[in-house]
Amino acid sequence: MERREGISKLLGRELYIDDVPMDRGLWGATVRSPSPRGRIREVRFSPDVNWDEFVVVDHRDIPGENHVWLIESDQPVLAADSVRHVHEPVVLLAHHSREMVHRAVRSVEVIVDPAPPVLDFRLPPGADGIQHGTDNVFSHIVIRKGDVDAALADAPVVIEGTYETGAQEHVYLENQGMVAWIDGDVVVVKGSLQCPYYVHAALTHGLGRAEDRVRVIQSPTGGGFGGKEEYPSVLALHVALLALKAGAPVKMIYDRPEDMAATTKRHPAWIRHRTGVDLDGRLLAQAVEVVFDGGAYVTLSPVVLSRGLIHAGGPYACDNVRIDGRAVLTNSVPFGAFRGFGAPQTIFAVERQMDKIAEELGMDPVELRRMNLIREGQSTATGQIIRDGADRLEVLDRALDLSAYREKQEEHARFNAAHEDLRRGVGLSTYFHGAGFTGGGEVHLSSVAKVEARPDGRIEVLTSNIEMGQGTLTIFTQIASESLGLEPDDVVIAEADTFRVPNSGPTVASRTVMVVGRLIEKACADLVAKLGDSDLRGPDLKQAIVDWYRKHSGGVLDGAARYEPPPGTSWDEDSYRGDAYGAFAWGACVVEVEVDLRTLGTRVLDVVAVQEVGKVLNELLARGQIQGGVVQAIGWALMEECVWSDGAMVNNQLTNYMIPTSDDVPPIRVDFLEAPYAHGTGGAKGIGELPVDGPAPAVAAAIEAATGTHPRVIPVTPERLMELYDGA
Amino acid sequence: MDRYTTATLRVNGQDLQVVFPTHHTLLEVLREECGLTGTKHGCELGECGTCTVLVDGEPVLSCLALTAEMEGRSIETVEGLQDGNELHPLQAAFADLGAAQCGYCTPGMLMTATALLAENDDPSADEIRTALAGNLCRCTGYHKIIEAVEWAAGVVRGDAGAGPAREVLFGSSVPGEGS
Repeated sequence: MERREGISKLLGRELYIDDVPMDRGLWGATVRSPSPRGRIREVRFSPDVNWDEFVVVDHRDIPGENHVWLIESDQPVLAADSVRHVHEPVVLLAHHSREMVHRAVRSVEVIVDPAPPVLDFRLPPGADGIQHGTDNVFSHIVIRKGDVDAALADAPVVIEGTYETGAQEHVYLENQGMVAWIDGDVVVVKGSLQCPYYVHAALTHGLGRAEDRVRVIQSPTGGGFGGKEEYPSVLALHVALLALKAGAPVKMIYDRPEDMAATTKRHPAWIRHRTGVDLDGRLLAQAVEVVFDGGAYVTLSPVVLSRGLIHAGGPYACDNVRIDGRAVLTNSVPFGAFRGFGAPQTIFAVERQMDKIAEELGMDPVELRRMNLIREGQSTATGQIIRDGADRLEVLDRALDLSAYREKQEEHARFNAAHEDLRRGVGLSTYFHGAGFTGGGEVHLSSVAKVEARPDGRIEVLTSNIEMGQGTLTIFTQIASESLGLEPDDVVIAEADTFRVPNSGPTVASRTVMVVGRLIEKACADLVAKLGDSDLRGPDLKQAIVDWYRKHSGGVLDGAARYEPPPGTSWDEDSYRGDAYGAFAWGACVVEVEVDLRTLGTRVLDVVAVQEVGKVLNELLARGQIQGGVVQAIGWALMEECVWSDGAMVNNQLTNYMIPTSDDVPPIRVDFLEAPYAHGTGGAKGIGELPVDGPAPAVAAAIEAATGTHPRVIPVTPERLMELYDGA
Repeated sequence: MDRYTTATLRVNGQDLQVVFPTHHTLLEVLREECGLTGTKHGCELGECGTCTVLVDGEPVLSCLALTAEMEGRSIETVEGLQDGNELHPLQAAFADLGAAQCGYCTPGMLMTATALLAENDDPSADEIRTALAGNLCRCTGYHKIIEAVEWAAGVVRGDAGAGPAREVLFGSSVPGEGS
């Protein structure tokens, strides 16, 4: 079916939060820490400003607990005595003039007595750097399978490699923004966000209000990619505090430099592999150490680490695995959710390690992967037995065929011999991505979706899952209309407003279609069952709904469903053993590059991405997800580099933090294989994050094939490639 | 302390008299004084292209253009693309191909593409790619946008069979295609 999101966006009529008129409201702005660590000695307000015109909020104005509700409650809403990172919010200002409030921010000076900051997550902190527990470790997780030490000792060959990936900025085109107002005794916050109920929980805790006195509404959201998963809770608290103190609506819209500097990014990672293999290339033991830079507060780092570690062994069968990972504190702006959620980092490392193993054994990297890819009935690092009917070898072969991988290798040999300054190469990666929350996460979320019939026979779908460009409105309409045999026009998707929609969980983790879509199907069945005939569909159903409302004046005909784990799945959080995800999607990616030896610039010439995602429910949306994800990953691999000073991003503009433009994107051929997943909507597995996992290691492998250098760190900028040539 | 300027702007074919702080950009005045919020704030530094409008037919970054210099010039925004109830061919093609995902870059993309098609109604994919290179998009990976512009170009020049082949849009030989 056609997309439902498009038309108002194409007419310029979609009202994003910054487009909402604010006739009598105030504009809010944030005064931030200039220092990475220390005690706040004084907050000095310049006498040149008439502060009586301003609403000023600091930590003393917080009615509830001064922390942002999340996994651990360590991140203050506003810094009280001390700061842990540059740009940490300290004071909030509001004024009826947007320009005045932004000028006034520069007239407030936060004076900090500095303490030594911890800035390199790869090094153990000194005694004077400890700020969390006894060792600055936010989370330490170990996954164990078999006996790694014995297997490494016995292995004919042990290969070591160390890999690093950099931070990545989301660059959603719409910056973060929120509006808050007071409606009777209810605080209402509306804005650009992925997780209405995360924001709701943060507001009830931070404002000390009952759940029914806080209302969160999602506005049309101009991209998220994880960047609007946890950070909007911070901004919502700020804008609500200002609105409460002002007694008037307040709007806060970040500009691009503030958004890039002050909000979360993808976790930087350091990963070391020691792999035992036999002389044929079969994996005997994988020992993996992972360190993620968590930044100054815990935020979501433990769960990002968890997903990263579960994917750290790659989509391969190995009997002896130890994956030991930590997320650690630094005095940097906190790192957070970003599409892929830790997996792109660890998959980059394991895929580069596979290439290193192939090189050291003198093997073809394709054959090494073919030999080790998980077969039906084999298990992942957590012991999850894969029996999903997907053919991972076929995914690989399809990618090789579509890309003409072998022919390209021969062609490149001729090309490289004929050109003095240009080098071409082709690289491959194979990967997987678990959909839905990790381990017992979905059980813990206990999501609920609802459908409600309207007296005219139309059906409204009520969930807290939001549209941010991925097509949620379209796919939910499709799922409900197909479930009920109705026309798409008979389905209405409710606005994600916590006063109306149940908590169906956050819009993250590739879970919207697979998990929530399934709940919509079940809620539809529940509604139909209430009419006494479970086979009712289409026009008959519509008529039955109209008749029901004639008989039940004032009543509401609805249906609901709550999440239940697929039968036979089990997960043990303590030992990290069991079924980490309901389902994995599988992918293979081939990338062709050309390196110009004069500039050491790398251009991607061609990409093939093949994936097995259960069932493709909407081809147009699915291809959009893959193409967009591939380009984001190419950006991360080649050009997107955050430059740091004192734990803050200093290239916080799009002129010097570059993302791919239309001129940078290669042809991307996308293909799908399908092995329907019994517990996903219409057989579907998650799709949104998988495409970000594969391209970066394939880009690095292609550069390796082209140049003979060994990229182990991304992004592979021209400067980094020059270091590789120089042997640095 | 702010000085104000009064000017008549010709926006989407209509003359609008507006009073605005003299230092305000065309982006600010379009959004705040004219109520035309289709043109987006993306960076206000001329880096992202979301604020692109046409001035006398040329694409201009409205975040860098001073409104005071716009008197007497013809300004076109996304709100003016539609002809009555008829979508502009670019809007129709963007809708059909799903080229507007989150939609935030879309108005700027549409305006840049409009200027391109006015100059060249049969652009190659490379020409489209180059023309759009100043408009960032983070959702689509650009392919659907480039294909939509190719398609719309065909419609504009009256080539009924115009548009990329299905293989181009959806890839080649897909077994068990989705609906």
